[in-house]
Amino acid sequence: MTDNTRRRFLKTLLAGGGLATLTGCDYLSEKTWFRDTLAQGETLSDVVQHAVTPRKAMAREYTPADISPSFRANGTTDPDAVEYRMLAANGFRDYRLKVGGMVENPMTLDLAAIRALPSRTQITRHDCVEGWSAIGQWTGARLSTLVEQARPHPDARYLVFHCADRYGRSHSPYYESIDMEDAHHPQTLLAYELNGEPLPIANGAPLRLRVERQLGYKMAKYVMAIEVVESFDHIAGGKGGFWEDRGYAWYAGI
Amino acid sequence: MARARLRTVYRHPLPVRIGHWVNALCLFILLLSGLQIFNAHPHLYWGSASNFEAPWLSIDYHWSRDDGYSGRTQVYGWQADTTGVLGASPGRNGELEGRAFPSWLTIPGSRWLAMGRSWHFFFAWILVINASLFLIWALFAGHLRRLIPTLEDWRGFGQSVLDHLRLRHPTGEAATRYNILQKLAYLTVIFGLGGLIVLTGLCMSPRMDTVLEPVLEFFGGRQSARSIHFLAAGGLVLFVAIHLFEVIVSGPVNQLRSMITGFFRYRDEPATDSATTRETRHDG
Ligand code: HEM
Repeated sequence: MTDNTRRRFLKTLLAGGGLATLTGCDYLSEKTWFRDTLAQGETLSDVVQHAVTPRKAMAREYTPADISPSFRANGTTDPDAVEYRMLAANGFRDYRLKVGGMVENPMTLDLAAIRALPSRTQITRHDCVEGWSAIGQWTGARLSTLVEQARPHPDARYLVFHCADRYGRSHSPYYESIDMEDAHHPQTLLAYELNGEPLPIANGAPLRLRVERQLGYKMAKYVMAIEVVESFDHIAGGKGGFWEDRGYAWYAGI
Repeated sequence: MARARLRTVYRHPLPVRIGHWVNALCLFILLLSGLQIFNAHPHLYWGSASNFEAPWLSIDYHWSRDDGYSGRTQVYGWQADTTGVLGASPGRNGELEGRAFPSWLTIPGSRWLAMGRSWHFFFAWILVINASLFLIWALFAGHLRRLIPTLEDWRGFGQSVLDHLRLRHPTGEAATRYNILQKLAYLTVIFGLGGLIVLTGLCMSPRMDTVLEPVLEFFGGRQSARSIHFLAAGGLVLFVAIHLFEVIVSGPVNQLRSMITGFFRYRDEPATDSATTRETRHDG
């Protein structure tokens, strides 16, 4: 082989090989069995991260000087549902949070009742799955108190958050879920204030979830109802959340 | 004078060969799925949070009705039009679309963050498991010791640099042993870049940060960790490029065969230098 043909041969081999590999990866990405296999990596992260970090390990809290000048809002920033628009027009005076499902004491709370619950203020870093981070000060009701008051059935394992917004091309209702460990974590809040002001609509007014040890998509905005369940198989796509139904991991600790 | 004889030595033991190829596969997939993840927010910052006004690196696109898509890459205020490759590149239908890295550099090819993350974390685990098994084996088999430069190696440092620059490679038995630059490169990559990329990867996890806070602090915050992760990936690409170049200029067929079958061929040139008179160490 002359140098030239050898070079051309190598180039073709590299380009062809590379293309075949990438086409192969794309082909595999479409296969359910392969996606389920890859997802085992995320399950492993879930198990290992829980094993090496204490249940009550706290997310770092920052100082007021660290607060981001503007807190970026992702996903829905202005829900268009009629019921929500009416609530917003009225300053959320008619808003009611429903807590139900597998609980002994179903509840309906207005904002005053939620503000009367034991609260917490924390300056934390919000990490979006896209890669950016923002720091904000959140004030909200401790979810643990609310859960205790509702008295979940011993078999209950998850809290499902039903939201007022519909999102994406499918215009499906946003929802999310967390487990009891996160529900009882001291930093898990139903937040109604951001940076000392009432929560803006773009960031989830009147109430949004804060689960500080997970990524942003877990932190449902516009929370209307909390359903305590044993399994979320029967809800929407069955994966436990709007983004989970679209391929994202249920455990968003990384 | 005796004629040079062609000798075959068993150079790469099985754990090295398996470790090598699994590692190569992981790096390939991690890099390309990483670029898919990068595309979801193609801006890098220093510090804990993102200062959206001041990314140090940005691979963005512009769209106008008249001109369609154009790609712009900005590094520390320095800007370039990178249409075609970075910022805007042809999509499936051949038309320009706005995306930081082109589809032929991402896994999957289309914009699909969820799947990119699945690929990334699955192969991150394979990489970590592979690296751990390899390091345990290397420690007990004495392989790591072969990577530590000897005093003699250090004395030959200048010569080795010159030889590499002139593309002159050790021949004879010396070719079956690691040279000083090789040793330094492997050690830097395994313990420097490798450690850095795994740690910065873990530091981007909000759950791990509850226990890794001091490490995160050391990197300068989560956005710094993301930047360093990206730069370390660039460092690995540079290493792989030089590595492949050296393989090609030092006899690709022989090198490739030795990393597949373990057997390396070299010409035994008797008594040309003192190195060959020493006992042959098949530790390549
Ligand atoms: C144990 C090993 C690794 C872990 C735990 C890990 C973790 C991560 C995480 C969490 C991200 C997402 C960052 C974001 O949210 O934007 C990421 C992105 C990325 N990773 Fe890795 N990674 C690992 C190894 C690697 C390796 C070996 C490479 C390259 C060969 C690599 C290349 C990238 C690139 C290019 C990105 C996108 C840029 C960025 O956003 O930082 N990663 N990785």
